[in-house]
Amino acid sequence: MTVVVLGGGPAGLAAALELRRLATRGVVVVERESDPGGIPRHAQHQGFGIRDLHRPFSGPAYARRYAQLASEAGAEIRTGTMVTGWSPGGPLELTGPGGRETIDPDAVILTTGCRERPRSARLVPGSRPEGVMTTGTLQQLVYLKGRPVGERALIVGAEHVSFSALVTLGHAGAKAVGMTTELRAHQTLALFRAGAALRWRTPLWTSTVVSAIHGRPRVEEVELTDLETGTTRAVECDTVVFTADWIPDHELAVMGGLDMDPATRGPAVDTALRTSRESAFAAGNLLQGAEPADVAALSGRHAAATAAEYLRGSAWPEQRVPIECEAPLQWISPNVVSSRASAPPRGCFALRSNEFASGPRIEVAQDGRTLWDGRIRRLLPRRSARLPAGWAAKVEPAGGPVRVRLVHHG
Amino acid sequence: MSERLETDVAIVGAGVVGCAIARELCRFDLRVTLLEAGPDVGAGTSKANTALLHTGFDAKPGTLEARLVARGYELLSEYAPRVGIPVERTGALLVAWTEEQAAEFPAILEAARANGCIDLRTVAAEELYQREPHLGPGAQGAIEVPGEGLVCPFTTPLAYATEAVLSGCDLRRSTPVESVARLEDGGFRLTLPGGELTAGRLVNAAGLHSDELDRMLGHDGFTVTPRRGELIVFDKLARPLVRHIVLAVPTKITKGVLIAPTVFGNVMLGPTAEDVERKDDTGSTRAGLDYLMSEGGRIMPELLEHEVTAVYAGLRAATEHADYQVSVHAPEGYACVGGIRSTGLSASMAIAEHVREQLGEAGLRLEPKAGQPPELRMPNIGEAGLRAHQRDDLIERDAEYGRIVCFCERATSGEIRDALASDVPAVDLDGLRRRTRAHMGRCQGFFCGAELAARLDAREAS
Repeated sequence: MTVVVLGGGPAGLAAALELRRLATRGVVVVERESDPGGIPRHAQHQGFGIRDLHRPFSGPAYARRYAQLASEAGAEIRTGTMVTGWSPGGPLELTGPGGRETIDPDAVILTTGCRERPRSARLVPGSRPEGVMTTGTLQQLVYLKGRPVGERALIVGAEHVSFSALVTLGHAGAKAVGMTTELRAHQTLALFRAGAALRWRTPLWTSTVVSAIHGRPRVEEVELTDLETGTTRAVECDTVVFTADWIPDHELAVMGGLDMDPATRGPAVDTALRTSRESAFAAGNLLQGAEPADVAALSGRHAAATAAEYLRGSAWPEQRVPIECEAPLQWISPNVVSSRASAPPRGCFALRSNEFASGPRIEVAQDGRTLWDGRIRRLLPRRSARLPAGWAAKVEPAGGPVRVRLVHHG
Repeated sequence: MSERLETDVAIVGAGVVGCAIARELCRFDLRVTLLEAGPDVGAGTSKANTALLHTGFDAKPGTLEARLVARGYELLSEYAPRVGIPVERTGALLVAWTEEQAAEFPAILEAARANGCIDLRTVAAEELYQREPHLGPGAQGAIEVPGEGLVCPFTTPLAYATEAVLSGCDLRRSTPVESVARLEDGGFRLTLPGGELTAGRLVNAAGLHSDELDRMLGHDGFTVTPRRGELIVFDKLARPLVRHIVLAVPTKITKGVLIAPTVFGNVMLGPTAEDVERKDDTGSTRAGLDYLMSEGGRIMPELLEHEVTAVYAGLRAATEHADYQVSVHAPEGYACVGGIRSTGLSASMAIAEHVREQLGEAGLRLEPKAGQPPELRMPNIGEAGLRAHQRDDLIERDAEYGRIVCFCERATSGEIRDALASDVPAVDLDGLRRRTRAHMGRCQGFFCGAELAARLDAREAS
């Protein structure tokens, strides 16, 4: 038996650890970076590991801990190795310093994670100066390479990771001249926002977009547009950090021929995290961008449990019913109910909205038949709400798509 | 310090044209100096274009441009595969979206015949949709141009420059010409930062600045008005949508917006065409990007479902004239190679051949160099050939070719190391990108940006 886990971030390492705990033999984690651990390797703030390891870690400590746990449990972690080929029905082609090889495992768990959309993907016009980066680049420059960044930075975004970028800039001795979000409020914990306001004195500009970047060879100025008034103004800075706006790193999933969910842009998975391809599972932030690392790890653990069941002979479901969201709801994850419905990771679905709502009423229905109707605590753009999952058992496997809609803003 | 240098031929401008001329002249027993104001060769207009290998079917018959594009196509088609410049012969479909556009077809076919392109044919709408099934609705038909293709805009000038350097060319980057004076007994004196260069002959291949250099020498033949072209590059996952270069029916003003694959496996949408004032105005604009997205949505709606990998803008060296501005002033030994617009990449080798012939007729002694020409093999960065990470022989010899550093583009540690130590080495991130593809992919450095910065730093330190 061989299970290959594609990606050695929190989800992948947690999956490998769980597979070994369930006595699965031949667990190999393929990691393209030179060190395992994924994004937490370069997120040097506290708060990792609460939900999964039940104690707080810094990002790098959390990454090291998971790599150690997985290795000690007997998983083989192959770093510096990338999957360079995977056709529908075909084996995995790996490339690394040791050469190229092909393996055809009994099961695959995709945990390739997500990335932030760079400036180009956001179509921000202007010149192409140095000093424009994502949080990922910023944190690797500062924490992994010990390199200087600019002196005055603008942060685009006001989510958790945006505040993480703020902390990183502080560590690098750069001043954050402001944070912008096109939404009417930030989307992180009130505590983070209040703490940041106090500690870094960085203004938060809401309903604001970066409409142009100027400078050569380095950023000199950014043009901001107020979405409510349409007025523009210039902000001087030498660095622009584009944060969040996560997209699943889904190249392998597409290569492997997996059905993709158009809303999350990750592979479509059922509550057991099975993809449309038999023996292929997917977990973590490849499913949707992005959840905190510990949530991703729990998702990996969940996929490992169902993969282990599959390896013991459990049949692959034949029928898959997609779950679709109506605007302003953006996506739901998992997004398929199969004929062998089970509980999703953490016992609930993750639901995203494009709008703020407090105590909203949500309806889940299939072919006009209501499966669930109730209130959830609140909806916040860019953050997942938890939707109870008991209705999944009532889905008719041969029926039409399940629709989730916002009935009432609350 | 004041350095005094001497050369037989000084070429100003190491874009694709200047590099091609340097390569051509270095085949002869001449001292050649290639001067580039910017940090690298091929890093101006040459790097930001549509990267098509044109047959010249749509050039204005009888012009120098028509002749040189056709000849350049022939020369580059032979040279590129020999030295490892990525080329893909996809063919083009020039699509008519209205009856008025379709009515232009006979004239287009007629002009193509006059340009020596005899393999064009019309394609009915039904066949067009079979061959390009993702085209938006409403196409009336197309002209197929089988010879049109893609060529790597990065490797081409680098290959020319590398061959020139291997043949003894003195390449000086970051060396702007501050002034130029004619010497009384013939030849030129060029003032450079920290020195002077005396040259027997002078070739002006300064692209956007060719008119300025021309004026320094007392000529007043043309004025360059930069014409900006904005382009959008889509994710590699969009590549299966497009099989050919999808051209538009040209108008009097522009060749229109095209959709084409790239040799790197992406899909390109563009360009816009807008005259701008500043010769460094390579910024993209909201209006330009919005226009391209609306055109893209019309030509191939599914394209817009894919992520955008890069946005860039290039400046064409357009002049008030409809043709290239190539002239050799025999008595003084000055060749001006100006007004080379979007077809310069395709025509580059023929432009170089033409300039060499003209200089020869004007009295430049052209003795072929003794010995074998250098063996040149550029690292392959195109999708059509094998990349380093796909070659067992390379990885077996050197494990660094199996260590992929840029995941999106699959550029390896070995290639990056080589690019920093090559005959024309990369000196900055952009140079590394053009030599290896590192950092030009969908993540734009999220994963490898810091690693590449560290490697560039290490190189500077060493």
